[in-house]
Amino acid sequence: MNQLLTIGLSHYLCVGGLLFIIGIMGICLNRTNVILMLMAVEVILLAVSLNFIAFSAFLFDLMGQVFVFFVLTVGAAETAIGLAILVAFFRNQGTVSVQDMEKLKG
Amino acid sequence: MTFYAVMATFSPLLGGCIAGLFGCLWPIMSMRLCQIITTGFVFLSALCAFFLFKKVGLDHTVIVLPLFSWIDMGSLQVVFSLSIDTLAVVMMGIVTFISALVHLYSIGYMARDPGISRFMTYLSLFTFFMLFLVVSSNLVQLFLGWEGVGLLSYLLIGFWYAKPEANLAAQKAFIMNRVADLAFIVALGLIYAVVGSFELPVIIDNFSLLKSTVFSGFGGSVSVLEVFCLLLCIAAMGKSAQIGFHTWLADAMEGPTPVSALIHAATMVTAGVFLILRCSALFEGAPFARSVLILIGALTAFFGSMVAMTQNDIKRVIAYSTCSQVGYMFFSAGLLGYAGSMFHLCTHAFFKALLFLGAGSVIHAFSNEQNLWKMGGAAKLIPVTYALMWVGSLALMGIPFFSGYYSKETILEIAWGSSGVLGSLAFWAGLLSVLFTAFYSGRLLFLVFHGKARADERVMAHLHESPPVMIVPLLILSLGAILGGYVGYGLFIENKHLFWGNSFNTHFEEVILSSLHFLNEKNAFIVHVFPQIMALIGLFLAFVFYIWKTTIPGKLKKQFYELYLFIYNKWFFDELYEVFFVKPLWSCGNFFWKQGDRHGIDGGLNGVAKAIYWFSESVKKLQTGFIPHYTFVMVIGLMMASTWGLLQFSNLSFKDVFESSKAYFQGSCVLDKQDAVKPCFQKEDIDDRNR
Repeated sequence: MNQLLTIGLSHYLCVGGLLFIIGIMGICLNRTNVILMLMAVEVILLAVSLNFIAFSAFLFDLMGQVFVFFVLTVGAAETAIGLAILVAFFRNQGTVSVQDMEKLKG
Repeated sequence: MTFYAVMATFSPLLGGCIAGLFGCLWPIMSMRLCQIITTGFVFLSALCAFFLFKKVGLDHTVIVLPLFSWIDMGSLQVVFSLSIDTLAVVMMGIVTFISALVHLYSIGYMARDPGISRFMTYLSLFTFFMLFLVVSSNLVQLFLGWEGVGLLSYLLIGFWYAKPEANLAAQKAFIMNRVADLAFIVALGLIYAVVGSFELPVIIDNFSLLKSTVFSGFGGSVSVLEVFCLLLCIAAMGKSAQIGFHTWLADAMEGPTPVSALIHAATMVTAGVFLILRCSALFEGAPFARSVLILIGALTAFFGSMVAMTQNDIKRVIAYSTCSQVGYMFFSAGLLGYAGSMFHLCTHAFFKALLFLGAGSVIHAFSNEQNLWKMGGAAKLIPVTYALMWVGSLALMGIPFFSGYYSKETILEIAWGSSGVLGSLAFWAGLLSVLFTAFYSGRLLFLVFHGKARADERVMAHLHESPPVMIVPLLILSLGAILGGYVGYGLFIENKHLFWGNSFNTHFEEVILSSLHFLNEKNAFIVHVFPQIMALIGLFLAFVFYIWKTTIPGKLKKQFYELYLFIYNKWFFDELYEVFFVKPLWSCGNFFWKQGDRHGIDGGLNGVAKAIYWFSESVKKLQTGFIPHYTFVMVIGLMMASTWGLLQFSNLSFKDVFESSKAYFQGSCVLDKQDAVKPCFQKEDIDDRNR
């Protein structure tokens, strides 16, 4: 039982997986606000980054951690663009509610 | 010689092509130039045909000139050739001569028609196809000319295409001819299956083979020759407008009058007779087919002349007259009197062309009026036309010393001299037709030229003689109608064996004897004098009815109203066809149109379109337009794809993964295939490292 208390790779992976699922849920179940969606995307990115870091530490390979920087940068840029689109969208439609965005409905 | 042959045949084609292809190049090709070119080429053709006639007909040479191979497929060889024997050269002479005069006449008659270059082109091509038919030595080339003549007759009858009746008449002519042409096509197939060649000389050489090959069934048998000749007979009936197929001929009067003259005198209705004469050697071995010829011919001669007595349209009277006269040619051919048949064809060409062109001149004078009852009293105003119409009519009636006398006399002699019931039937039908012919000819003349003027004053004031360009061809034709019989009789009948040579080659000696039979005097009075008496009676009756006691026709009409209606409506042939063929075909077509086309084909296509629409209607519900849904589907898809990829690149199965993860969560790792995973994660290792 002693082993269970040591925090190993699998714990990190489990946390990453949970975060990933939470992010997916955030996107799929969210009906209110697009900003929440962007945040959920960030959470997904975080989950992936966590995976990278965990493996990097486990394998003693810094490449993974370096890659996380890139992910963060890209994530930040993506969020910025997302917010910019959102602002433009709000100006155009007057709403950011996910419920109301159904122009693609067949 | 070859030059003449080629020029005679092909110069109408050349003229027609020039006028037809370049006729639209106004003002380089003015209408007048078109007229001159086509007429010139046809005259050239007539000139060459004249030289050919001198060479072939009088000097008894035969020209065979292969032009080029048309179909060359294994044993099927069809060569276009000019094969000119006496029969062909006589026919060529008639066709080109009449056609040239009709061309000349058309210059005047169609002067104010906007489609004149088209008209002249059609006329020239019509002539060409007829010549092509005449000079062919094989049945396929003959069939090509045959069909070409049919096509051009369609175009010419429907020349005034803005007139609905003209279109209908053109279609009627074409369809009636197609029906008969079917028999020709079957005959072609049959002869190829048996003989293996379309060349007429080869077919005639295989006479005994054709005769001995039999179809048997239904408890009897019939020789191929008999069937072949019957099929040719049906084909000829179509082109020559014999009873049963005659309905197109009267309706063809919707075309311009020169066309009627050309169709009736030279190029179309004579084609059927020519076909029979061309295949005369085969017909001799087919007694049943010949009986059919006799019966059809006699019936048509009787029918045509009877119907002509009641018609009120000047052109229709002459049209039914043609029907009847071609009937004479038919039964003469059936009675083995080929020379007589051809002789009548020639004289008929002259006087019928004269009558038609004269009728055209009358119609022209009466400001395009065709109803006999709206004419009258024109004799003094258009004396030349009047005289010429008399000449044509007298020739048609068979009054002595006019051309019709000689040829009709010959045919009646043949009918009288031939033994058998059919021969005498043909004789009496022919004799009665002479009476009718004289009556309707007289009726036409008296109604148009004598009596009170029944046209209104404006028309009468405008009544005028036709221009010289129309009168000159009539004068030439009238010379033919007067002298043609005398000249022709000496040439075609008295020296018939010398003149015709091998054109009518015969197989059986006794057949020749029986065809000579008519020369034996049986009862000279009945044969030689009776027809003239009949003709004079007919003429006299017409005089009584339409000049002397003009009330008689009306009374007779009232007395025998049913009979009158029967004749006036042409024995109800059109009505019968309407009931038996047109209506059923129409309803059949209607059924297939509505059920087959609309429901079957259109319905099928629309059904497919509807199914696709319905499918996409239901599928498009998937597109909610809702981003979370798309994301969800995408994630699920990604997960499935990555799972699949993972399993693919490792050697693990889904079951292994499932088992091991179950074991993991239960606290014990049991990865059996540890070496399969790279890098291999082992719980102990991880634990070790972390330690």
